[in-house]
Amino acid sequence: MNWSEPRGNTYDPRELRRAFPIFAHNPGLVFLDTAASAQKPSVVIDGVADYYRSDYANVHRGVYGLSARSTDRFERARRTVRKFLNAADDSEIVFVRGATEAINLVAQCWGAAFLRPGDQVMISEMEHHSNIVPWQFLRDRIGIELVVAPMDATGGLDMSAFAQLLNERTRLVAITHVANVTGHVVPVHEVVRLAHAQGAKVLLDGCQALPRIPVDVSDLDCDFYVFSGHKLYGPTGIGGLYGKRAILDTMPPWQGGGDMIETVTFEKSTFQPPPQRFEAGTPDISGAIGLDLAIGFIESVGRDTIYDHEKALTRYATERLAAVAGVRVIGAGAQSIGVVSFTVDGVHPHDLATVLDTHNVAVRAGHHCAQPLMDRLGLAATTRASFGVYSDESDVDALIAAVHAARHIFGGV
Amino acid sequence: MDLRELYQDIILDHARSPRNFGALSEPSHLAHGHNPLCGDKLTVFMKIDDDHITKVSFEGRGCAISTASASLMTQILTGKSVAQADAVFAAFHARVTTGAAVEVASDLEDATERLEPLTGVRTYPARVKCATLAWHTVDAAVKGGVLGTTIKTE
Repeated sequence: MNWSEPRGNTYDPRELRRAFPIFAHNPGLVFLDTAASAQKPSVVIDGVADYYRSDYANVHRGVYGLSARSTDRFERARRTVRKFLNAADDSEIVFVRGATEAINLVAQCWGAAFLRPGDQVMISEMEHHSNIVPWQFLRDRIGIELVVAPMDATGGLDMSAFAQLLNERTRLVAITHVANVTGHVVPVHEVVRLAHAQGAKVLLDGCQALPRIPVDVSDLDCDFYVFSGHKLYGPTGIGGLYGKRAILDTMPPWQGGGDMIETVTFEKSTFQPPPQRFEAGTPDISGAIGLDLAIGFIESVGRDTIYDHEKALTRYATERLAAVAGVRVIGAGAQSIGVVSFTVDGVHPHDLATVLDTHNVAVRAGHHCAQPLMDRLGLAATTRASFGVYSDESDVDALIAAVHAARHIFGGV
Repeated sequence: MDLRELYQDIILDHARSPRNFGALSEPSHLAHGHNPLCGDKLTVFMKIDDDHITKVSFEGRGCAISTASASLMTQILTGKSVAQADAVFAAFHARVTTGAAVEVASDLEDATERLEPLTGVRTYPARVKCATLAWHTVDAAVKGGVLGTTIKTE
């Protein structure tokens, strides 16, 4: 693998912010909600517009030059994603709307085809609803069992419980790479090794990991890896499913339509090989091109640089927050990256978010689409600050000042 | 807008020390309210005799706005008729969603006046549901009876 990007000697988040027009349009904005969706650099915004202006036509159809050029750009985007994930082959990258659709695709195509009543799919307590509900649908449809691996006391995956729950009926482990509420990094190498030793396949939800951690699916040896482009500084509506070609080859199609077929008669249709088999209809071409540009942007900053930056900023935020009287940081561990969730004694997260908003600090307050995790923690809601390449310590300082202001208003209710 | 307009002293006071907090032993009407957006949950307990609200209480957890709104509501609705409660809610709902001041019968003017501190939420659209959750729950309790219905803000 090659993550030997030039180290970020010149990297300055405050300087980099100039690449993101949202900050010029919203002076004073302290944006701490990148885990929900990242802001977009000009190279993505303008690049998508330029594509529509200069290269746009439908893909995989026309024999004319413009369509060929558009197709070339679309397929180049696939190659960029393949390289970014270090997958073996372009055909292992399926374009989808996002991680949610990718997980539903795996559940409905792979799960429904290969799982039998009594087979087990294992998820964890840390999962986003998008990695819970598709498996519940499958459970209710074909009678699989859904097993939930617990968290340990620090909010990370309890590895010994995980290992104990694995058994010969475990057919798939579907688990997050980085938890969206706590920022915990799951030891995915170990997860894959243990799961494979039991003959189970592994799906990793890379929504929060991929924007922050160099990911190498060949090295990980996971069977599926899913992500959303909009969390990766790319457009909304595009995401990716990586699947090992040998597995994708065995899977039935996803949706039926154009682009995914070889031949169609009224009696019978035959289908394209992966990835086209799973990409019915005109795809989100401009989204894929925007994603290509976003990945180029990330590479230009440097993945190791981003990793180091987010680790350091997460540590800084955790320390600053923990030092405020009445603040409880949820599940902070040395393993966290990109996300800090916390509560403030006597201040409900929604009241806190309103106070923060008046200080121009944008955070997420609520259950973060992880209600089972919140139930487990005994919390109805938390406030979550999350970071991106444009975040720096001044954002955290603004957050801390606003938290103090909230505590002042509510006077330690 | 100044945050002090949203979090007026009366609001903070009711949020810190909610009135009529706790279950009624023998409610005639009860409903659960849930705001899935923030996870806030509350239960409203009522005693209604012959269309007359003799007791209202609530329990649950929520933000300062929803707790204060529930607390003020219990005070205001006690002693009102069901029809009067409907009228107060309608006026309050219009006030926090559109800003419109709705004319109410003269014997209800005191009630709408007491709710005025809560109307600061109208400039925070995401928070309007916090202010109205308890009222929607009372509405469900009155209509749903003692069986207990869960209403959601969306």
